[in-house]
Amino acid sequence: MDTSGSGSGSGSGDFTEGMVGDVEEPHVLAVDDNLVDRKIVEKLLKNSSCRVTTAENGLRALEYLGLGDNNQSSTVNNNVSKVNMIITDYCMPGMTGYELLKKIKESSVMKDVPVVIMSSENIPTRINKCLEEGAQMFMLKPLKYSDVKKLRCQLLQSSVRTSSKILV
Amino acid sequence: MENAGQLRRQYVDFVASLYHEGFLDDQFGQLQKLQDEGNPYFVVEVVSLYFEDSEKLMNNLTTALQQHVVDFKQIDAHVHQFKGSSSSIGAQRVKNTCVVFRDYCEEKNLDGCLKCLQQVKHEYYIVKNKLETMIRLERQILEAGGTIP
Repeated sequence: MDTSGSGSGSGSGDFTEGMVGDVEEPHVLAVDDNLVDRKIVEKLLKNSSCRVTTAENGLRALEYLGLGDNNQSSTVNNNVSKVNMIITDYCMPGMTGYELLKKIKESSVMKDVPVVIMSSENIPTRINKCLEEGAQMFMLKPLKYSDVKKLRCQLLQSSVRTSSKILV
Repeated sequence: MENAGQLRRQYVDFVASLYHEGFLDDQFGQLQKLQDEGNPYFVVEVVSLYFEDSEKLMNNLTTALQQHVVDFKQIDAHVHQFKGSSSSIGAQRVKNTCVVFRDYCEEKNLDGCLKCLQQVKHEYYIVKNKLETMIRLERQILEAGGTIP
């Protein structure tokens, strides 16, 4: 996938302990079965200085993360640069975003990667279910630039926390 | 041959009317904001994808509604997709029609669904036409040496 944008110049990129990867350009995996939405979320993320990989369904996403059926759970696919965040649609055929979230949280390798769920439907029980299963955030579609900015701040925030841990 | 100034004015009035008449909503504006010099065809690309995707969906819907035994769940799934992409690009009227369409699916109301299919096709072709006109105007402005307002 092509890289995008300029560095954010936050300075936290000095710490390359590998705990959150390259936060100047976080690598986000975006999962959505809708072609139009996939293109838009990709652009939203790229405009926020993220490197983006897209997947059209949960199975492909798991394969990319090295969690597919034909991968050992302890093996991380070496072709995958560390994924800093996963953003997924809820309503997808086959495997829903919720089911994908569960699989990710069950994985010893990927469970600490923040997962964001998107949905066009504002259903409180659905939102709670996802948050309880460990989703970092739930966002209503259609996404706006300000939504993605919020996400981006969260990603930077977690790296700052990590950096202070290293300092102390 | 109209000059850039005249074309720009035409464009501004035309786009304003699309919002005013409810063909487009704020989400389309969000899309335009995403476009930059690094990606000057972003809106055109998304809109083209939307057209391709929508026409496929409408064909699927037409076929599904012609079946002997209508699968309302399948139809709802298609309408959900159509509603989603329409919402994402700001095609407000199409999206609103999809909302009604989904209600009929839930009620398993075949008549209602057929009427909605007609309505959604109608709304889609109107907005398609409008968007193509908008894109054409943009091209004309650029060719006349102007910048897009």
